Order: sequence, then structure tokens, then C-alpha cells
Amino acid sequence: MTQSPFSPGVTAGRLDDAALRENFSDLHPALDAHEALVAADRCYFCHDAPCVTACPTDIDIPLFIRQIATGTPDAAAKTILSQNIMGGMCARVCPTETLCEEVCVREVAEGKPVLIGQLQRYATDHLQGQGIHPFSRAAVTGKTVAVVGAGPAGLSCAHRLAVLGHDVTVFDAQPKPGGLNEYGIAAYKTPEGFAQAEVDWLMQVGGITLTHDTALGTDVTLEQLSAQYDAVFLGMGLGGVNALGVEGGDKAGVLDAVDFIADLRQAGDLTALPVGRDVVVIGGGMTAVDAAVQSKLLGALNVTLAYRRGRDRMNASVFEQDLASSKGVRIMTHVVPKAVHGNGSVREIEFEYVNDEMSGTGQTVRVAADQVLRAIGQTLEGDGLPALERGKIAVTGAGRTSVDGVWAGGDCATGGDDLTVTAVAEGRDAAMDIHEALTGAAQ
Amino acid sequence: MANLQSDFVGIKSPNPFWLASAPPTDKEYNVRRAFEAGWGGVVWKTLGSEGPPVVNVNGPRYGAIYGADRRLLGLNNIELITDRDLYTNLEEIKRVKADYPDRAVVVSIMVPCEEEAWKAILPLVEDTGADGIELNFGCPHGMSERGMGAAVGQVPEYIEMVTRWCKQYYSKPVIVKLTPNITDIRKPAAAAKAGGADAVSLINTINSITSVNLDTMSPEPSIDGKGSHGGYCGPAVKPIAMSMVSEIARGADTRGLPISGIGGVTTWRDAAEFITLGCGNVQVCTAAMTYGFKIVQEMISGLSDWMDEKGHSSIADFSGAAVPNVTDWQYLNLNYVSKAKIDQESCISCGRCYAACEDTSHQAISMSADRVFEVIDAECVACNLCVNVCPVENCITMEAMEPGLTDPRTGREVAADYANWTTHPNNPAAVKAAE
Repeated sequence: MTQSPFSPGVTAGRLDDAALRENFSDLHPALDAHEALVAADRCYFCHDAPCVTACPTDIDIPLFIRQIATGTPDAAAKTILSQNIMGGMCARVCPTETLCEEVCVREVAEGKPVLIGQLQRYATDHLQGQGIHPFSRAAVTGKTVAVVGAGPAGLSCAHRLAVLGHDVTVFDAQPKPGGLNEYGIAAYKTPEGFAQAEVDWLMQVGGITLTHDTALGTDVTLEQLSAQYDAVFLGMGLGGVNALGVEGGDKAGVLDAVDFIADLRQAGDLTALPVGRDVVVIGGGMTAVDAAVQSKLLGALNVTLAYRRGRDRMNASVFEQDLASSKGVRIMTHVVPKAVHGNGSVREIEFEYVNDEMSGTGQTVRVAADQVLRAIGQTLEGDGLPALERGKIAVTGAGRTSVDGVWAGGDCATGGDDLTVTAVAEGRDAAMDIHEALTGAAQ
Repeated sequence: MANLQSDFVGIKSPNPFWLASAPPTDKEYNVRRAFEAGWGGVVWKTLGSEGPPVVNVNGPRYGAIYGADRRLLGLNNIELITDRDLYTNLEEIKRVKADYPDRAVVVSIMVPCEEEAWKAILPLVEDTGADGIELNFGCPHGMSERGMGAAVGQVPEYIEMVTRWCKQYYSKPVIVKLTPNITDIRKPAAAAKAGGADAVSLINTINSITSVNLDTMSPEPSIDGKGSHGGYCGPAVKPIAMSMVSEIARGADTRGLPISGIGGVTTWRDAAEFITLGCGNVQVCTAAMTYGFKIVQEMISGLSDWMDEKGHSSIADFSGAAVPNVTDWQYLNLNYVSKAKIDQESCISCGRCYAACEDTSHQAISMSADRVFEVIDAECVACNLCVNVCPVENCITMEAMEPGLTDPRTGREVAADYANWTTHPNNPAAVKAAE
């Protein structure tokens, strides 16, 4: 190994293959059968359980945990997947510490929630590991639906529509399906090709055609889709990234965090993936944390997460913040970028300290940086879309847009928390509404 | 530290915790380990007649019932009496007793229901120097098919007859161990007393099948695809055992008969409860088989601390203390009114009390949109189910209503006086009070 974490500049191979494998292995190793039983035994089977209320997809958590406890993990998986077809991914990436596990009565009682996320993974892995797809299609209706985006919202919508008997075509701009599951989530949360395996498993239901490398606006228009299909669901996420908007923001070494993560996720060999010695990530959300932590895991010597407000205002959960800290990421707060310095390539980034009201204090600080990753929010791209609201497609009810016959959900639409699980819920609910609209069938 | 010294029908031991006749007391090796761990006494695993010993199955002997986290709640076994040579056992008993003179060593015996058989074995046991004998009239499997164990314990006349023989041919205390596989436990106890028994011990194990293998359709424990009922013991049988103990303790024909309590004793508290119901000491098996001999240390410290706290200077001080409070249903005070009360500070809002009450009981708990659970006094019959299903100790309690207050459920004033079913107006057989 010729490079090390101390090597200056942006370079690959800071860590050897063994270290990288270790760093990017499963964040939460899967529970084995015994561990699952021990964890399941802790569930109190609450009445009208708070965890269910907290779950955006309303999974019947006490029921599926009881099914695990009684030795029927496949039945548990069906309970999960009937509400959330991407229950396997959500088990891995959901911020359970701010959803189901936060309100678990045993968290209230003892500060230790039932391990709902890990139990969900145990059940879904058990079923999917056998290649079993427990859903079959209703009689074919002859209706066709176009779904734009093969991410959590689009695939959830497509699957539910296919189950209901409709024929679905999914268009995605990327070469691979999965959306952010495939391109946008930290590798240690979904290792070993799980995102693709889940899509393959989901597709077993039949009735869904995937069309990749087809972007809305360039390869196909909403007008064409509306004309050709009985209904359209838009779930293409947010394609644009907010610019830094400061002097020097276009210097080499200033990247979008989403691109950095996508490159990492698609890299066959992490030893060949370059990373800076001094990395600064700007932002306070999940993407920022994912980028910062992975920079550190790739071997960056110094990683700084710079956020404009206090830690309590960060979108990343406390768990995520603590994860970053535990991996050696330094979290700076109350700083906004003022300028990027460097001769062609970034060498330093200059911040100004701001108060809680975001007013500048006049004090500045320079942080060494040979890589700056922007994670300051994403924007919706495209023309000819339904009416927008605050930069996203405005929806009412179960994802109805301003255009008749066009629904939307996931990150590109208003509502939701930009989480995988809310995208799945919105896709599913839109599918039910589309079904009702196409067949007149009341839910 | 309280004085835990036990004197049970003249048999002395440093504490009231004996190991019951069972696998833990089958050999010198185990018994020495038990005494080193602190057990007050042992009842040596049942000896049979001279001659070829019994044989055991060569497959699983035990089956189990579990609670959460695989806590063993009930154990069943199909093991028989000792399968070791009689003289080997006798020699070991003699050696152990000689080395541990302060510990109780009682020998369990089971031989055919013939006078000659008892006449033959009793002098041999007497010669060991053991402190007494326990007659195994309880073993519910295997031996009972051969006319011994529970087959004797289910016929009071046989119990009396054999007990009489033992008192005739043996000089030390005779304890009769009773089977619970019978309708009225007072009958065999009275028979033992009539035969001259110094004490009874109970319960032996309960006929049981712990589970069925749904692949092979064999009961468990399965021996080559077949299973037979075994004897059930462990924490799950404690309530059954305590009820039977209490019946003997307060029975007209059995009152005062010394009792050695057996059945699911797992902690010091279980032991104390058995003793308050009239036992002079307790015998333990499943807890030791589950956790090892060391548990006796907790039993000793727990009982001692509790006795200190309550000011009891000896076991006899509280033995039978709860017996006067065991009564028949018909004598319970129907004027007593209590209501469930939920402590909102300790409530974790799981809603189990609500589900239990709403679905299966009296719709006496309300649930607000923000998951506050409260008792509706006008509906609460104080059944205690909410207390029983609540996962938090002391979160829900039963609070007695003061006399003079009005029960919002019935609209009637809570009376201060005692009134039971025998005089209740709804009882067709009620005895009318004199005008």
C-alpha cells in the first residue's frame, strides 16, 4: 500500500482491502434465530401499539413480533410486507430511533426499546432468503399504469398496482433500479447487493416492466405517458442539488454528496475510490452523515461535518450524529460557507459563524479541505410537471396532482419526511387511489 | 441473621431447605456437592428392593414448558427410582451422613405393597444412620404401572397399611410423600396420619404431557416416536401444591400433621409462602436442576432477611401463619369493595390492561387519544385482571373502599360489617338472621 490516511490530496487506496471490508460491513449484523427469539420475547403486544402509530406504513409490529416469537418468521414477513413491500430495506435504513423504537413502551420504561428494526429484518430476510414471494396478482384488468422512478415510491406503487391486476411499466433514468436504495444510502446500511436483490424479489410478482436509462423530460414526456397509459405515477425523486453559492464553489474537489455516495455504492473496488485527506461535508441531514461517515471509513484523515444550525436542528437523528462522532467525524455547528479557497483545486473552506437566528457574527474560520461534499438539499428538476408547491409536486389526498390521471409520491412530492418508509407508504396509497380511479372499486 | 435452624419431626438441619428425592440426590457425589453448597438436608433418591435395579429409558427423560426468554416454568420427567444397586446407595448414604452429621439425610423408599418387602429393606436403611424415611407414594409413571408409587398413594387404605408397617419396623421418623393425582388430598393425608406417619410431604409430580412434536406426532419427551405421561413439577405447579398443602393444614382430620412442602419452590419467597401455609420445611428439585445448587444461597439470605424484617426468631414463628386466612369461598366478605387504581407515573402506556378489560372483562378502563389509561370506578368489579396483565410491578393496585363511601358501580354504600354468601339474600339456602 503506497497511500495512507496521511497522503495529501484526493487519492485512492488510503486503506487496504481488508480494512475497507471491515469498515463497510453491516452496521447492524443480522440477528440469528436465537437472538431474534430473545428480542421478540421483550415485546409486550401492546394494545393499539404506539410503534404501529409511529410507523409511516402502519406495519402491525406486535403481530409480526409475536409471529417471530411463536416460530413463524415467514408469517411475520407477510404481515410486514403486506403493508410495506420494501420492509427489508426499511428494516435496514429506517431511523427507527425516531419512529417505532422511539415510542416503544419499553423505551419509555427502561430506555431499551424492543429491537423492532432488527426483528423486521430477521423476518423479511428469512422469507426473502428462500426466494419466496408471497403475493400473487389478481385477474388482469387490462389497465396500464406508467410509473416514473424505480425508487421506493415508484416500486411500492408498481407492486401494489401489479397485485391489483394492472400492468405497470416503470421508467427510471438510471441504469439500475432501486433509486436511492441503490445509489443514495450508506453502503454499510445495505451491504451485499441487498437493494438489487430486493428489487428482483419484488419483481417476482409479475406484471411490471422495467425500462431503465429513460429519464422524464429527456427520453419521455409526461404528456406522452398520460396519452399512452391509463394513469401515471411520478416518483422520480429529486434530481438536482443545491449549489453552494459562494466564491470558489466551482473549484475542483467540490462535489455533490449524492454523487460521492452513488460512486461509492457503484464502485466494485473501494481501494480504487479516491477520497480526500481532509474532507468537509456541508449539511445536516442523513445524506450529509452518510457522506461524512463513509469518507472516514474510506480512510480520510480528517472529516468535518459543517452545519449552519445547532445539533438539535439537524435532520439527521441523534443516532446518526452519534454514529458519525463514533467514527471520528467532527461535527461543527453554526457555520455557513463564505468562500472556497485554493488554486484550481480546493485547499480550504472558509466559514462564518452564525447565531441561532442565522445572522452572521463576522467571525470566520478556515478549515483545511481537499474535498468538499455538498449535502445542502436537493431540488426537483424537469419541465412540464404538474403544479408545484415549495419546489415539489403539490399533492392532495393519496398523491393526486393538479393533473387529472397523474399521481405523485416520494421525495418529489409534497408531504412526507423524505424517508424511504414514507416514500413506500405514499407509493402504496397512491396505487390504491389509482386502482379506485381506474376500476371504480372502493377500497 | 435470623436463626434458620429447622427441626422437622425431630430431624434437625441448619436450614429448612432440603433437596427433594430426585436426580439431584441420586448419588454421593451430588449430595456432597449439595451439602457443600449449603443445603440443609436431602431426601435421597428413592431406593427399591434388593435385586436387579430398575432400568431407565435411554432417550430423553425430561420435557419442559417455557416462559419468555426460555425461562423454564415447568419440567416433566419419566425417570424412575434409582437405577443403581441398593447396597451401593446404602453405603453412600452411610458415608455421607457420617461426614455431615448436622445435615438431614432422609431416605426415600418404594418397594412392593407387601409387608415382607418393607420388613426387608427397613433394617438396611436404619443401619445407614439416616435421619428418617420418606415413603414414595407419588411417582406417577412407570412404577405406578407396577403397583407402586402413585398406585399406592391413590388408595388411602394402602397408605395406612404400609405406613403402619414402617412405623413397626423402623424406629425413626416416617414421612409419607403424597401424589397430587387424586381428587381430595385430605384422604391420603388422613390415612397416613391414621397409619402413624410422623409427617406428610407434598406434592409429588403431576401427570403431564408437556408438548407434542407436530412433525412426528409424538408426545415429548419422545422415545423412538412414543411418549408416556410424565411427572410435572417446577414453578408452574406451585399454586396446585400450595392449595393442597393448605387443605391438609386446615382439614378437620389432618390439622396439625407436620408437612414438608414440595412443588415449584424456586426462591426464598416461595419457601416462606409454603411455610406460612403450614409447612415445617420445604423440598426443592426443579430450581436446583435448572440453576444448580448455588441457588440455596439466595434462599438462605432471602428468608433470613425477611425473618429479620418481620421479627421472626425461628421458622416455627411463622409456620402456619397464613392458615387461618385460608377459608371457603362462601365465607369471603361480600361487603368488601375495592377498585383498581393506575399509577400514571409508572404507567408505560402499553394498553394491556385496556385490551384485557375491554375485550374480556368489564369495560372498566378508559383510553384517551394520547394513551392515558384510567379506571372507570362505575364499571370496575375489582377483578384484578388488569393488575395481573400489567408488565410493570405495582403500577396497578387494588384499593379498598372505605366503609361509608358509595360504590359508583352499584350505587350502594360500602358497609363496615362482614357479610358472606351464607346470609346473602340471593342465596336460596341463606340462613335468615333472626328478626
